[in-house]
Formats: sequence, C-alpha cells, structure tokens
Amino acid sequence: MTSELDIFVGNTTLIDEDVYRLWLDGYSVNDAVALRVRSGILEQTGATAGVLQSDTMDHYRTFHMLERLLHAPPKLLHQLIFQIPPSRQALLIERYYTFDEAFVREVLGKKLSKGTKKDLDDISTKTGITLKSCRRQFDNFKRVFKVVEEMRGSLVDNIQQHFLLSDRLARDYAAIVFFANNRFETGKKKLQYLSFGDFAFCAELMIQNWTLGAVDSQMDDMDVDLDKEFLQDLKELKVLVADKDLLDLHKSLVCTALRGKLSVFSEMETNFKNLSRGLVNVAAKLTHNKDVRDLFVDLVEKFVEPCRSDHWPLSDVRLFLNQYSVSVHSLDGFRHQTLWDRYMGTLRGCLLRLYHD
Amino acid sequence: MPGKLKVKIVAGRHLPVMDRASDLTDAFVEVKFGNTTFKTDVYLKSLNPQWNSEWFKFEVDDEDLQDEPLQITVLDHDTYSANDAIGKVYIDIDPLLYSEAATVISGWFPIYDTIHGIRGEINVVVKVDLFNDLNRFRQSSCGVKFFCTTSIPKCYRAVVIHGFVEELVVNEDPEYQWIDRIRTPRASNEARQRLISLMSGELQRKIGLKVLEMRGNAVVGYLQCFDLEGESGLVVRAIGTACTLDKLSSPATFLPACNSPSKEMKESPLVHPPSHGCRSTHNSPIHTATGSRLTQSFSVSVPTLIYTGMGSGSAGKEGGPFKALLRQQTQSALEQREFPFLTLTAFPPGLLVHVGGVVSARSVKLLDRIHNPDEPETRDAWWAEIRQEIKSHAKALGCHAVVGYSESTSICEEVCILSASGTAAVLSPRFLQEGTVDGSLEQRVEENLPVGCGFCHIPYDELNMPFPAHLTHCYNCRKQKVPDVLFTTIDLPTDAVVIGKGCLIQARLCRLKKKAQAEANATAISNLLPFMEYEVHTQLMNKLKLKGMNALFGLRIQITVGENMLMGLASATGVYLAALPMPGGIQIAGKTPSDGSYEQHISHMQKKINDTIAKNKELYEINPPEVSEEIIGSPIPEPRQRSRLLRSQSESSDEVTELDLSHGKKDAFVLEIDDTDAMEDVHSLLTDVPPPSGFYSCNTEIMPGINNWTSEIQMFTSVRVVRLSSLNLTNQALNKNFNGLCENLLKSLYFKLRSMTPCCLCHVNFTVSLPEDELIQVTVTAVAITFDKNQALQTTKAHAEKSLQRASTDNEELLQFPLELCSDSVPSHAFPAAKEHPESASSNSGTPAAQRATSVDYSSFADRCSSWIELIKLKAQTIRRGSIKTTVTVEKASPMGDGNFRNRSAPPCAGSTVGVVKMTPLSFIPGAKITKYLGIINMFFIRETTSLREEGGVSGFLHTFIAEVFAMVRAHVAALGGNAVVSYIMKQCVFMENPSKNQAQCLINVSGDAVVFVRESDLEVMSTQQPAVNCQPTCTGEVTT
Repeated sequence: MTSELDIFVGNTTLIDEDVYRLWLDGYSVNDAVALRVRSGILEQTGATAGVLQSDTMDHYRTFHMLERLLHAPPKLLHQLIFQIPPSRQALLIERYYTFDEAFVREVLGKKLSKGTKKDLDDISTKTGITLKSCRRQFDNFKRVFKVVEEMRGSLVDNIQQHFLLSDRLARDYAAIVFFANNRFETGKKKLQYLSFGDFAFCAELMIQNWTLGAVDSQMDDMDVDLDKEFLQDLKELKVLVADKDLLDLHKSLVCTALRGKLSVFSEMETNFKNLSRGLVNVAAKLTHNKDVRDLFVDLVEKFVEPCRSDHWPLSDVRLFLNQYSVSVHSLDGFRHQTLWDRYMGTLRGCLLRLYHD
Repeated sequence: MPGKLKVKIVAGRHLPVMDRASDLTDAFVEVKFGNTTFKTDVYLKSLNPQWNSEWFKFEVDDEDLQDEPLQITVLDHDTYSANDAIGKVYIDIDPLLYSEAATVISGWFPIYDTIHGIRGEINVVVKVDLFNDLNRFRQSSCGVKFFCTTSIPKCYRAVVIHGFVEELVVNEDPEYQWIDRIRTPRASNEARQRLISLMSGELQRKIGLKVLEMRGNAVVGYLQCFDLEGESGLVVRAIGTACTLDKLSSPATFLPACNSPSKEMKESPLVHPPSHGCRSTHNSPIHTATGSRLTQSFSVSVPTLIYTGMGSGSAGKEGGPFKALLRQQTQSALEQREFPFLTLTAFPPGLLVHVGGVVSARSVKLLDRIHNPDEPETRDAWWAEIRQEIKSHAKALGCHAVVGYSESTSICEEVCILSASGTAAVLSPRFLQEGTVDGSLEQRVEENLPVGCGFCHIPYDELNMPFPAHLTHCYNCRKQKVPDVLFTTIDLPTDAVVIGKGCLIQARLCRLKKKAQAEANATAISNLLPFMEYEVHTQLMNKLKLKGMNALFGLRIQITVGENMLMGLASATGVYLAALPMPGGIQIAGKTPSDGSYEQHISHMQKKINDTIAKNKELYEINPPEVSEEIIGSPIPEPRQRSRLLRSQSESSDEVTELDLSHGKKDAFVLEIDDTDAMEDVHSLLTDVPPPSGFYSCNTEIMPGINNWTSEIQMFTSVRVVRLSSLNLTNQALNKNFNGLCENLLKSLYFKLRSMTPCCLCHVNFTVSLPEDELIQVTVTAVAITFDKNQALQTTKAHAEKSLQRASTDNEELLQFPLELCSDSVPSHAFPAAKEHPESASSNSGTPAAQRATSVDYSSFADRCSSWIELIKLKAQTIRRGSIKTTVTVEKASPMGDGNFRNRSAPPCAGSTVGVVKMTPLSFIPGAKITKYLGIINMFFIRETTSLREEGGVSGFLHTFIAEVFAMVRAHVAALGGNAVVSYIMKQCVFMENPSKNQAQCLINVSGDAVVFVRESDLEVMSTQQPAVNCQPTCTGEVTT
C-alpha cells in the first residue's frame, strides 16, 4: 500500500517553525525527517516515522507554494489563498530573508550576477551551508538589489517598504546592496578578520555621509551610489600631505595635544607622517572606481595594520583619530574644512570599527 | 420585470503577465448575466488595473435572478489575435434576494481559471433592486431563506416546522468523459461549472416554491448534492426541512421557540391547511412509478437493517391517555405529509420526544441515460421508493417521524447505490403545525417527559416489539423503559444527561467483489450489502462496548462501490448516557478448549480487552453511579417475564451462559473465536489507539463533557489516496490496509494539530471513494477547537449539583414560556428528577436488572428478505450476553456542565485581525455569537491540469486547489459582509489522475452558511441583564425542557 497523495489544508495555514527552518536551511525532506527524528519529536508526541514524513512533506509543499509570494512580501499580505495571521506572516518573511553570516561574507561586495551564482557551489562546500540555502540567500540579495537599485529615497526605507523586513534586517540589506553596488572588496585574506557587522556598520556611515542622498535629501535622493562630486573633491585633501609645512604643522598640533595621553606616543610620533599620508592618499584615490573597491583593503593596509603591529590600544586609536581630525581646523592654510569633516567623520567611525583583531 | 441587477467593476490586482514582451497586461472585463453582456474599457499595460466602470444594469425576472449566476470574465486585450481569457468569477446573487441577509456584495474576488487556478483578484460591487410583485403564478421563490445548518439557526425562532422538502433536476453532463475531450478542457470545464451553477439555482428556486406552498419562509438543513452519473447524465438533488422562522429581536435572546404562540389560536389538531397540496410534484403514488421503472432499468432493492438499541413499550401504562393523545395528534400532523422526515439533527427544546433508533435503506440501481431532462421521473421514483422504505421502517419502530435524515449515493460506472438514513423518532406536535396544541395538554405531556432521558425511552409497544430486545428501566427517571444501547444519526440533545466524555468511533470494512457487468454486478453488490451492514454494525457495537459506552450519536454509514470492491465506513460519537444501563464487557470464547496454549492465548486476549475497557473508562471519565437492582427491577417484574416469553426464539441461545464465570459479574458480549477471521477481528478491535493525551474527537457538533471552549478554531481538510499494492488481496488484508489508512490519517491529524492541545476535533467527517481499481481515497474535514483544561476540571468536579441548581434558577428567566404554561412545572419536575439520581444511586446497592441471560442480537432486523437474515442469525449466535452484577464505585455523575457560564469567561480573542474569515463545519463559533445570516454559500469548482509534474504532482495539485477553494469561499463571505462560514461542508471531492499523460482533474463542491459573528467578550457589555443566555450548543448543560 503506497501513498499516492497525502495533503492537509487548514483554513488557517499551519506553519511549523522548526520545519520552516529546516526548509530554509535547504534540507531535503528525507534529511529534514532524519533531523526531526533526532530531535526526539517521536518520543515527545508518540508519532510514527510515517506520520513525521507525511507532516514534513506537507509543510515543505506549503512552503514551496508560499515561496513565490515571499519573493514579493507585500503580495503575501494581500493574497487570498493562504489565511495566515499577521504575526506569522512577519515571521515567514523575516526568516526567509535572514541570511547566514558565513554566506554573506563570501558574497559581500561581489557583483550579484550569474557568474557569482556559479560560484555558489564552492561557497556551499566552503561554508557547509547547503547549496539550496545559498541559492535562496543569493537570490534574496539579488532580488532586493534589483528592486531598490534605481529607487529614490532612503535605502533602508525602500527595502522596508518593499520587503516588509524588520528595521535590523532592512539595514543589513541596505549594506549588502550598497556593497554590491560599489563592489567593495571584502574577500581578501587581510580582511578575513572582519565580520559582516563591521562592514554593515561602515556601509551605514558611508550611506549617511558619502552618498548623494546625504547632501540633498530632496533632489535625486540616491542612497546607493557614492557622491561622485565629493569623491572628485577629495583630491583637494592631498595638500595635507603634499605640503610639507602643513604636514609638519599638523603633526606638531596632534603631538602637542596628545603628549602624555597615549601609551604609544612615541610610536605615533614616528609613524604620524606615514599614517597621515595613508589616510589622505586613500581619499585622493577615490576618484577611480578600482580604488573605491579597494577602500577597505587600503584602510586596513595603511592604517589598521601599522597600528596593530605597534600594539595601539583601541582607546589610543580613538584619541589619535579625534585629535587628527580636529587639528586640521587649526591649519590656517587649509581651506577644505567641510570636505575634510565629511571625509574624516565617516572614516574615523569606520576605522574604529575595523580596528580589532 | 421585477428586478434590476447592478454591477460595477472597480479594479484588479495581482493580474498575471499576459504579454511577455512588456511583462504587463491589457485587461478588460466582461460582465454577463443571462444573455446580456457588458464590457469595461481596456486598461492598458497594468497588472493592477483601475477600471472604475459605470454601473452595468441588467433588468431581469426574479426567476432568472435565482437561477443564473453573475458571470465576470477578465480578459487580456489583443489587437491582432483573439483576446485571451485570464479567468472568471461566478457570483451567486441569491443572498441579495431576501431581506435580512446581505444588501450588497462588494469585495475582492479571486479570478479563477480552471486550468491555471487563481490568477489575481478583482474588486466588484453588486446590488439588486427588487420590485415588489405579487404575481400569483410566479415561478420564483425570492425571500425564502436557506440554511445548511441542521438546527434552528441561532438568531431565529422556529414557529412551525413544516417538514421535508426535496427536489431534483437532471441534465446531460457537458463532459462525461474528460479524457476524450472534444473541445478545449477550459471550455468544457466552464460549461460544466456554469451548468451546475444554473441547476443548483433552479433547484433552490423550486424548493423555495414548495416551501412557499407550505407557507414556510425558510429551509433549514438544506443539503444539495451532485450525482455525476457519467454518460447517463448529471443529477443535482437537494433535501431540506421547511420551516417558518421568526427573527429574534435581540441577538441576545437565543432560546428558540419555547413559548407556544398558542392560546389565542384556535386549537384543532386535525386541521392542517398548510400541508395540503404542497407536494405537487410528487402526488403520484410511488407504486405506479415502480412499474415503469422496471421496464427501463434494472434495480435491486436491498433489504435494510434497522439499528436500534432495543425498545420497550413506550409509555407503558404510566404514560396514559395524554401520551396517546399526543401521539395521535402528532401523527395526524405528520401524516399529512408524504414523508415525515426532518433533516435537522438538533431540535428546539421539547420537539423530540422519543428516539427509536437508526433506520436506513439502500438500493442498487443501474444507470441509464436520462432521456428527457425535463421529466426526471426515474430518479424521483428511485428516491421515493427509498423514502417509503425508511418511513415503513420508522413505523415498525413505533415512530411516526424520521429525524437527522440524509441521503447519499455512490456511483461506479453504471451501478449506483442510493442510501438514505435517519433516526426514527416520536415528535411533539408543538412545532409541527400552525397554531399549537392546547396549552393544558402540552403541559401535561411535558410533565410526563423527564428531563434528560425522555428521548431514550422507547417509542413502541413493549408487548409488541418489532424485534427481540433487551429492556431495562430508565436509569434516570426509573419510570420507563429504555433499550440497553441506542444508535442515532442526530446530535446529542442538549439536555441529555451524559457521564464522562465522548469519543469518535469508527467501523471500517472492505469486501472484495468480482468485476462484473450490469445486472450481474448489481446483484453481486446487493448480495454483499447486508453482510456489510451487519459487520459494520457488529464492529460499532464491539467498539462501543470496548469504550465502556452505551450510545452512538451522529451515526453515518457510508457504503462506497468500486470496480472490484465495496467499502463501508461508519463514524459516530460514542457516549455514556446516564439513562441507559451500563454496558457489559466483551467476552472471548475459544472453540477448541482442549489446547492449553490456545486457552492461554484466549485468556491473554481477554485480559487485554478487559484492560482496554478499564483504561477507556478512565480516559473518558466514565464513572456511572452504581444502580440498585431493587429500584429498577422490583416495581414491575411482570413485563420482564412477558418480554422473555416473547423472545422465546432467541432464548434458545442461552446455553452458552456458563462462559462468563471467570469474568466477574459483567454483562458481557461473548465473542467466539472460531477461526482466524474472528481472531483478526478481535485483534483489529484492539489496534485502534486512543488519541494522544490532550486530544478528543467526535463527529457531532459538540463533545459531550467538554464545554469550556476557547475561541481558537482550525478547520481543515485532509485527503489521502493510497494505491493497494497487490492484485490478489484478501478481504483481511484489505481491511487491515483500510484500517491502517484511517488510523494513520487520524494520527497525522493529531500530530499536526499538537500545538492546539488541549483540543477536540469536532464534526470529524470521513468520506471514502474508490476512484480507480486499486485506489482508495479518504477525505476528512473537521474542526479543531481548543478548550481550557483547568476549567474543564473544575466543571467535572464540583458542578454536579451546583449546576443543576443554577440551571433551574436560570431556567426560569431563560425560557420564554408563557407563565401559565410552564414556569412552574418545568423546573419543579425536571430537576428534582435529575438531582436525586446520584443520591439514590449511592444509597442503594445491589444487582442491576440485566441478570437475564438474554438474547444475542443487539442488532435488530426488521426486514422481509429472509434468505440472508438466516445467515446473519447464525453468525449472530456467536455473540451472546452473559449475566452480570455491576461493581462500579459510586461517584457523582452528571456532567451537566453549564457551558454558558464557562463560555463567557473565554479569554477575549487576541488580535482581532481584519479580514479573517473563519470556517467551521459546526453551526456555531465558540466564544462568539452569530448575529446575522447572510445567505447560503454553495460553490462548485473544477480544476484541471496538463502539467501535473510541474505543479508538484498530485499532492501539489490538490493541495493548491483545496487552498484555492477555501480562498474563494472566504472571499465570497467577506464580500457579503460576513466574517465566518458555519455548517461548512465539502460535499464532493472527485479526483481523477492520469499521471502517464501528466494530467489530473478535480471537482469540488462545498457549501455552508455565511454569517456575521460578534465575539462574546464584545457582546458582554451589551447584555448585562441577560447573564446566562447563550445560543451555543456548546453548552451541554443548557437545560431546557
């Protein structure tokens, strides 16, 4: 006796959170059943393996049917086929769009194209996340990207509005979209110590300060692209390291202010010019797309690594960066104060976040 | 020109992409009613078009308004080729035709295509202006209300219950062989959907006319079914109960019709003008029709069983002249009608006097083409014949009416089994005629009806019993006779005194049958039927005993015919009625006692059975008070002897009484194990596992013993199709498979719904069909309702007495009896009777009545055909009753829980989400009050696919389709302004597949009542001065008269 057909349809769609998770994690029905058996559910409920198999199949089918709607969450709210309480709808959506840290680190900043999709096999092997789950996550990224890419207004708001995600998750997606759009390199070995959270933090700062939307919230409010004009202007900062007097003055201002306050004062003093050159050159190079992509590599190479090798404590880094930014205001010959603040304000935040082991 | 239908097309959303190039759609809408069609403009390049059309007006007859559905078609405009259809919406405008229901239909409807399923939604507004037209010759019956609910709807009061109405219409099936289709599948599906929609409209109108002729204004318990007879055509038939209903002014006053409108009405029981001439289409006697039938088709009438518990003389002597008068009156009221049947399963208080037992009739017919659709005589005659048989069965049981009546068919190729069943009953004349009986008479009658057990008392003459039976005195009132077991098709009466909880009991059975043609096939089937009925009955009885219970409610026996087998599935809810004697145990006896190990095996099984019974009693909290022999036995020893004499024939089987010695003093059935078959049977008895803890199940509306429902409900449909593995199956293996299928299905349900515990599956409705040779399809629809465990405990513990007192005080304010009639008599006689029950029980001890080693047949066969009955009797002899003494400890019984009080304390519904439409097969919604009935929902859908694999195989296909059906039902209810469907039923789910061609097709027919409900927590503010009024049948304790 074999079961040809076996279905259960409730007026309110039944959602089993555990099975949903297994489905999202990309397990096949059989694997999911095995995992459920291992969880001890049979003993708890007195059910048989057959019952569990049928239940799992049923939930998988439901999820499969729901998936189409989850691709455009507002549809899930307005559709009539599945009667699902709002709290459950929110859970379905949130979980569907939740991604794995290990996965996002692999694709962050990569072009969300077919080429990348082909690499998912490798990512799956590398991270231990099932290929199915990788595909879902990748497709989610791509879908969100496509929808909000050309959209005006706040990136986070747009994502929230079109995908009904929680604030936290919408911010994460904003970072992913921002990184994908600007193709920041995050995969270099040097950057492996950084978490997605670190990058998301930086992305948020950059979106707030360095994009078109940051200067003019009315017109042409684009959160995805960096403000090209601003990047051009950054060349002007070069004078800070090119002009020897200015550089010396800057150094002496910083040193005077920090004397006795830093545990690594002497290291700072010797390295000041190198560090300053590094930071300013990063800014000056941002006109080229290629260098924009390498922003994080450069920051780590030019600033994080030198400081780390001298064992700067984080508090010293903070003091230094504050003083380093502020002192520029006292440089009489320097005319680009606002530009400097826009650049350094964000960079300081980023560097502090990036500075850890 | 008595009606103007107005339609406005507002907008669409989520339309499918019809133009691949632009990824958009140029949609427009055709609105069609009758032969008139209007079109909207084309809304270019949008998936969310805003048509905002003008009002399209159709001027039509009200006859058409009733028959025709409004047909809305959404199309994609194409300049160069034909416009592509996106999908359709059929809207039944019937709810707009009577006052009190909906006034406007407005909302989002899913756009449905029979090939693609739901494709977006459309927003439509529909209104009807009806012109008053008192045409005497009118063909329409606008204004007659229809209810699927099989009880008096909650916000109405029954003034008169007129009786049975039925009608059927036939037509050619536009697509009788779906695989060899000529036109496109879509076209033929749509033709079929439209035809059935038309036919059901017509049927409803015709039934409405009959109701008007009877001077009724409503049909309650309306059940409409389709018979897909294949090549011989399509039959749409309906039955119902015509009533005159009064809307209750306040939504809070719910007890229906306790006050007789009497007094000023001139009482004259023998004059019943309304019933004259009401059966216009059926005034020709059946027997003349029979002749003609035989010439055109082959037909076998199957002898049928009458299931009853045993009977006893109805009133005995005590009942006296009043009862006789009552009987005469009712009888005369009913005899005016051709068929004194009610499709109701729950009744206004006082209507149901006695219950005789289940009566059923089946008949095997050979189908042939319906030659003239306008004269569906053959089918009419078939049903008339069956109904006649039912009527005579009821008469044999001393009953003049049949309640809980239903009809069904099972068709396989050209063979059709027609079945009808119901519960023979004696009804009070109170509601059956306009202008009720004399008040004084009624009052006296009521005095003779003890509360909570009256319906158990047997309706027929003790001295002239239709079948051998085993009677005792009622354990509740001690006055009258009751059978030892009672089977009924109705719901448990709300005033019934029940001990413990109930449970779902099923009998399952398969019988192989040789493939045969035409007459040979029909004969083979009709030869098998009685054996199946018998075995189903045996199983039910054994399982009931195993549960330690003594009555079945909601019994539904379904016999399904397939190519090479017959299947029987009986479902019912077992309960322990306090009025009936305690059931005996089950005894096993071996045939060959010489063998030692065999003996051991037998005694091992015996022990297992005893353990199971004990466990079940504990599980279902069955602790009946011990009843003394003196009380029951002594007052009238005489009739007992007499009945013994009458049953001399069965006395012959007494020789086996020595069997029971080892086994305590229980009144026991003896199962004799004489072959492996019997062994298997006993085993299968024990394989039924009880539901996991926290779960209860029943197939009736209410679960006896649970009355503190919370508001969480989950209605569901589950379908399983299994393929039987081998071709040479035996009956045994088949039975095992079928049993396993049903048990597994139940287990799956319990598992799926585990998060709802403690909960009860109510109205569990199994349907079996045999779509192909080796396929068995089982469809289950039920609702899971959560309840509050803590409150449950409270109820059972402390309430035995308190509830009675409370009930009696409440009663006076609740029941709207005219003072001069009942306000005194009801509480004064009713409650003392019930109250003294536990007391007297505990004060006495001794042996109960059932000491006579009596006859075998718990079943009784009132039938003419004797060839098979002999066989059955032979078999029946293996089951005997031994003698007993009860040794059960006393405990306070009577869980006459006062549901009303419980109910009101249900937690307020969390998060009243907008747009949610609840669906339930029950007639009520726990924790809520139904304030308005918006009309009947009766929908028929066909879905077909030619890409089965791509849609997720058969499971994916059907899963989607059922979800879509639910969605369309909900959308229609919401558009009517409702928030729930009650009495929802999936009447048909015909699934056909052809995996090799990657095709499948499914037909689904659902119905229910669209309603508006208000949470009780919201109502509470309004109804402070109506403290305990509760409309819900949830409250078992709602003590009425």
